[in-house]
Amino acid sequence: MNTSTSTFVRTEMLPQQAPPITESGAVKWLRENLFSSVLNTILTILGIAAVAYLVIHIAPWLSRSVWNANSLSECRQIIAERYGEGVTGACWAVIRERWPQYLFGFYPSHLYWRPVLAFVLLCVAVAPVLFDKLPRKMLWFSLIYPAVGFWLLWGGSVWVPVMALAGFAIGYAAAKIVKPIAGTILATIAAVLAPVLWWLFLAGPAAEALQSILPIALQSVRSREFGGFVLAFTIGFTGIAFSLPLGVMLALGRQSDMFIVNKLSVGFIEFIRGVPLITLLFTASLLLNYFLPPGTDFDIILRVIIMVVLFAAAYIAEVVRGGLAALPRGQYEAADALGLDYWKAQRLIIMPQALKISIPGIVSTFIGLFKDTTLVVFVGLLDPLKGITDAVRASTDWKGIYWEPYIFVGTIFFVFCFAMSRYSMYLEGKLKTDHR
Amino acid sequence: MSEATARQIDPSQMKVSDEVAIQITQMNKWYGTFHVLRDINMTVNRGERIVICGPSGSGKSTLIRCINRLEEHQQGQIIVDGTELTSDLKNIDKVRSEVGMVFQHFNLFPHLTILENCTLAPIWVRKTPKKEAEEIAMHFLRKVKIPEQANKYPGQLSGGQQQRVAIARSLCMKPRIMLFDEPTSALDPEMIKEVLDTMIQLAEEGMTMLCVTHEMGFAQAVANRVIFMDQGQIVEQNAPKEFFSNPQSDRTKLFLSQILGH
Repeated sequence: MNTSTSTFVRTEMLPQQAPPITESGAVKWLRENLFSSVLNTILTILGIAAVAYLVIHIAPWLSRSVWNANSLSECRQIIAERYGEGVTGACWAVIRERWPQYLFGFYPSHLYWRPVLAFVLLCVAVAPVLFDKLPRKMLWFSLIYPAVGFWLLWGGSVWVPVMALAGFAIGYAAAKIVKPIAGTILATIAAVLAPVLWWLFLAGPAAEALQSILPIALQSVRSREFGGFVLAFTIGFTGIAFSLPLGVMLALGRQSDMFIVNKLSVGFIEFIRGVPLITLLFTASLLLNYFLPPGTDFDIILRVIIMVVLFAAAYIAEVVRGGLAALPRGQYEAADALGLDYWKAQRLIIMPQALKISIPGIVSTFIGLFKDTTLVVFVGLLDPLKGITDAVRASTDWKGIYWEPYIFVGTIFFVFCFAMSRYSMYLEGKLKTDHR
Repeated sequence: MSEATARQIDPSQMKVSDEVAIQITQMNKWYGTFHVLRDINMTVNRGERIVICGPSGSGKSTLIRCINRLEEHQQGQIIVDGTELTSDLKNIDKVRSEVGMVFQHFNLFPHLTILENCTLAPIWVRKTPKKEAEEIAMHFLRKVKIPEQANKYPGQLSGGQQQRVAIARSLCMKPRIMLFDEPTSALDPEMIKEVLDTMIQLAEEGMTMLCVTHEMGFAQAVANRVIFMDQGQIVEQNAPKEFFSNPQSDRTKLFLSQILGH
């Protein structure tokens, strides 16, 4: 090649060549990801060593699992016979024997079909909310599911949940009737006031009257008989379903220009976030009775759910506020300039974007809420983790069992929390619209 | 500057009616203690195409944002299409649905497709049936020459395309007045022309337009009046030919020499 001149014209285009072996395939991957530097190599070796250490110590214990036994001592005996004296093994027989208690607590065993059916229907109700490919008509079932689920779990007269649902219809009707006569504001007030009055004074007697005419009822189950995962799911899913809308309203309240609304929202959020959940649960179980008229039987699970909802809503409000703050001012202005009113702008423009930004935070809050349901053990409810496990260990057969129940309960919690986490990632991917 | 003049039309040939579209009387506005708009008096007739220019911070954007009440004025009167802008929300919504606005940064809704961006307001504000709204939207998307992008998201379009969608989105509400707030300032030079062409086409069809812009070529091509603002006041207004060839105030002369100087 002539280097004395700076002009150059290529006459022949170079064909494509295969990259060197170090730049492709497994070798490249290993070099880049595991051994790219001295530090990385040391970390790789330490990491592999740590994993190996854990596997070496846990695998033998797991491999010596016993599934069929009637007590812990029998378990130990079987392990000693099979593998020799002095070795340890997992005794899953406790789960095999006591799994109904872990799932249902002290729910009457001949009624197990009710929580199971409630759970199956819950999946049907949640599916159209989670996946928008499903027919939108299914959402009607999602709307009435709370009443269905309540009736299946607690039983009693069918007319109680029906009359509770009727309250919403009454609110809708009140708004429709009042609006042409007295305008939007009074219609809104009527839509709130009419159902509240209905629930407070008329729903009870109406349900009783209908029950006496057409008695349809399931056997009642008291809240104290709930336990295990039925309890965790009841509190967890109700908490999730109600804390999101409340949290969104609080976030909007905190952004509002209206002084009172703003200060009330800020005060509520800061107070709830500044107090441990256990304090709120104690308040629910002990103090609340002081404020209520004597003789009121305010269901303990309902009280706990209210506190859990308030607690999670305060966190969600802050997460959503972060999403709102991330939206450019121009989005609000464009919505205004097109003539959309506040609620339409929020619903169609602002919230879809703010919630999308907040998905990871919201789902984290939900996961936290779901796991925090185990704290209800402190107000005397039988959560799966400690409540049920203590009950199991209180029997002479299973006294002294330690790891297996916790691993079992932990695994179930993990499966549901992991599913929520994966769903949030799926949703983020699906809602991503800025790809070029 | 010369891109806009690619389609030569004579602004003085275009019709301006005697009907008043916007009437602003002795309007004042403050940001805190800062007096941002001072004693603005202005009448816009239907079919007028007004270009508002001036140095940055002169209050020109604030002025047109007052016309659809994205900004609130504290004194004086603004009457748009016979409706006075007060704190009455009903009036504000009425004016906003009659006045279209195009922003510097487009402000398309990134979570909606182009078509949904265009049909949203007609469906939810005008209560137009969805199918009809989509037909209207496609009509205006064809007009701004991007019907093929209807099912894409704003993030997939170039700046110029996004701004044309923003114009189409406003037009779908069949506004009687269009406000443009520096519509080409955020665009790459090669995209400015496509947006200006769309605006010129709109002007030819007799739309009442108020446009804050530094595109003096556009002003010469379509405006029937140029308003020069400085320090929150209207300093000079004139027909574009007069305004550019024979500016009266020293402030205007300085401004024009700065923006046309090279």
